[in-house]
Amino acid sequence: MSSLTSNDARFVEPEGARNYITHDYGALSWLLTKDHKRIAILYLISITALFMLGGFFAVVMRIELLTPEGDLLTSDTYNKFFTLHGIVMIFFFLIPSIPAVLGNFLLPLMLGAKDLAFPKINLLSWYLYIIAAVMGLYIIITGGVDTGWTFYTPFSTQYSNTHVFGVTFAAFIVGFSSILTGLNFLVTIHRMRAPGLTWFRLPLFVWAMYATSIVQLLATPVLAITLVMLMFERVVHVGIFDPALGGDPLLFQHMFWFYSHPAVYIMILPAMGVASEVVAAFTRKKIFGYSFVAYSSLAIAFLGFLVWAHHMFVAGISVYSAMIFSFLSYFVAVPSAIKVFNWTATLYRGSVALLTPMLYILGFIGLFTIGGVTGLFLAAIGLDVHVTDTYFVVAHFHYIMVGGAVMAYMAGLHYWWPKITGRMYPEWWARLAALLIFAGFNLTFFPQFILGYLGMPRRYHAYAPEFQVLNVMSTAGASVLAVGYALPLCYLIWSLWYGRPAGPNPWGAVGLEWTTSSPPPMENFHETPVVTWDAYDYPAMLKAMGETQNV
Amino acid sequence: MPLWIYFAVFAALTAGTLLTWWVSTIDLGMLNTPIALFIATTKAVLVILFFMHVIHSPRLTWVVIIASFLWLGVLFVLTFADYLTRTWKIY
Amino acid sequence: MSVVTNEHPAHEHHPFLQHHFEDLGQQHEASTLGMWMFLTTEILFFGGLLMAYWIYRIMYPDAWSLGAAQQHALYGGINTIVLIISSLTMALAVRNAQLGKRMATVRMLVATLVFGGTFLLVKSIEYTQHWREGLFPGVHFTWNETPALAPKVQLFMTFYWSLTGLHALHMVIGAGLLIWMIWRAWRGHFGPEYYSPVEVMGLYWHFVDIVWIFLFAFLYLIPAAGGHHG
Repeated sequence: MSSLTSNDARFVEPEGARNYITHDYGALSWLLTKDHKRIAILYLISITALFMLGGFFAVVMRIELLTPEGDLLTSDTYNKFFTLHGIVMIFFFLIPSIPAVLGNFLLPLMLGAKDLAFPKINLLSWYLYIIAAVMGLYIIITGGVDTGWTFYTPFSTQYSNTHVFGVTFAAFIVGFSSILTGLNFLVTIHRMRAPGLTWFRLPLFVWAMYATSIVQLLATPVLAITLVMLMFERVVHVGIFDPALGGDPLLFQHMFWFYSHPAVYIMILPAMGVASEVVAAFTRKKIFGYSFVAYSSLAIAFLGFLVWAHHMFVAGISVYSAMIFSFLSYFVAVPSAIKVFNWTATLYRGSVALLTPMLYILGFIGLFTIGGVTGLFLAAIGLDVHVTDTYFVVAHFHYIMVGGAVMAYMAGLHYWWPKITGRMYPEWWARLAALLIFAGFNLTFFPQFILGYLGMPRRYHAYAPEFQVLNVMSTAGASVLAVGYALPLCYLIWSLWYGRPAGPNPWGAVGLEWTTSSPPPMENFHETPVVTWDAYDYPAMLKAMGETQNV
Repeated sequence: MPLWIYFAVFAALTAGTLLTWWVSTIDLGMLNTPIALFIATTKAVLVILFFMHVIHSPRLTWVVIIASFLWLGVLFVLTFADYLTRTWKIY
Repeated sequence: MSVVTNEHPAHEHHPFLQHHFEDLGQQHEASTLGMWMFLTTEILFFGGLLMAYWIYRIMYPDAWSLGAAQQHALYGGINTIVLIISSLTMALAVRNAQLGKRMATVRMLVATLVFGGTFLLVKSIEYTQHWREGLFPGVHFTWNETPALAPKVQLFMTFYWSLTGLHALHMVIGAGLLIWMIWRAWRGHFGPEYYSPVEVMGLYWHFVDIVWIFLFAFLYLIPAAGGHHG
């Protein structure tokens, strides 16, 4: 690929040198570790398990929707399935996915630091995640919950007789896990950068993690207090959200979406960071308009807080405020569009290597754009009233969350897999899986745009017969998607033993994480690096790499 | 920081507490609430600046604090943008 | 790539310098920044509850002044002063730790703990009285004065209990941290080079004090609704 290959003599590890995986053995050395790389692995295993659980709910729902009649699940069970699918996928997979796995692993490496600023708190946040996940599993086994992942009052406080308290408490705890991760990242980025690593030399992934962490830090506490009020109301039967006692159910929605709309940016901002890294590495170019991409992350983090009530246009908010929120919603599209333009401009006339991570990112750019543009449809009050609570909304947010966030997560996982494990994944199988996921995804969710526009409401287990053809297409797509997600699980595990040794820098990429061995040693770098180059500065970097060969 | 500043701030905080209490006993109509808010905010600022040493803190600390209140302001302003403009009067 | 062979200088390693920091200065900056960011989340946590409080206060001004009239402003006032004193002693403890005065630090921390305990004692007296008077929201809530306003006064009491309850919970956590700090100060862990734990503890304690300053004004001192409603 380039002059930087795994055979490079200076990267050959001395015989028997230890890396973070072989540094210590035994379950306790993992469960009590304070090393950010090991904690990232703990997260990787746990979120993969939860992803499969969430996927199971999705598959059963798609099978139910194969026919118009409700024949597989009762309406009550279906309500629980879509609720649990949402809760598991959002709180336990998407929000921790890129930050807690890739961010945890890479942030100190990209900054040239030995660890995050607060290693113990990092481990604590994994334990909080696990406690919440175990609570969630217990609730799923003992009967589930049926409020929808949004926990809307007064249904959640007065009428639902499922495990609302337990599941909101679990969401409360996993929220703290998310806050602590964000706090840790912010302090690390501010205080732990290697000498010479100025803000505008940071990789864009770090900028994206910084913006994500701001959102985690500032939005999650509001969800926490909202859930506290909900639990208090449910247990003591006070009237904060009960109109009969003077409360206002809409207040819950306001406070819930103050978190949950920015939460979308907790999922998509890291994905954008991965996209920047991968695009630069596989075009061998500087990212076009670096500072625009960096600042647009911050702009998204801020503007994302100003738009939440566009989820409530038909809920009874004042017309005046609906107009304000609609107007503000358009602004979020600007920084997102800037990023898409910049990636495209970087691709333009680059020698694009169509390896697996790049395939995923090309898919990401396209699908995210569709998701974003349909988001603009929904921000327009008139159109939103027409498609509220239809499959149009379902399709829209799956294009953002699955087409956007999950595609980028897969890209990142493949791109950094050699760094994390020291082994290459099998390229042919990986490309096949990427193509299957792309095709399966579109077949699953594009018909749902049409279904929604034609008026099929979401969250029902049965539907009118005229919607069946499109639903069958969607279910067929879901089967392809399921195979697509199962493949990486198999070949990535396979590669742990049989994959080709990767060497420190299989892609010939720039960035501090590629200057240390794979897997990295316990202390990350053999010597503290000093940074004298800009991010993605391929020519200068390659020249500088040449010099050290003579050291 | 010299010792007398701590005691001066303490005296100001105590005075502020007594003042809030005294003001609450007289009816100033619309003005009561803003005055109480003003005194409480002043006390909070004194604690932040001197007891929490923010006056000698790096700029980043200032940014963090201002950002917190800015975001809290966003929550208040945009939520009230709904409540105060509903067609049925809530107040 | 230019690499500096960064051999750790042979100077003696401070016992409380964690391995992933370069020096104590970096460690100190990281821990104070971390605490400030934690306080940011606390501001939004309490802020969210206070926003709900204000929405209903604007909706139901009469119920709010009735509810506040059930509070004993004297207890609240005493507790405000008690907390302000504890903030002063906390600030002095940080100062003493910074100057390396071991026993003075311990004394000031113990004083902070005593005043914090006093606050919680007074608070629990108030709670007991409210409980007996049927002012805890829910099925036991009793309010006969103005039956039409009963649900709204209950709403006020809901905010009273949740705001002061969360505040008291923070006080209890703070007291636990204080006991730990007293032990560490006693062992002579702190000095001009290393005092970040006391400083960070102080930030937390002052924040809890600030929350109370607002709660006192919001829950105890609402004048009989005049002027702006109707």
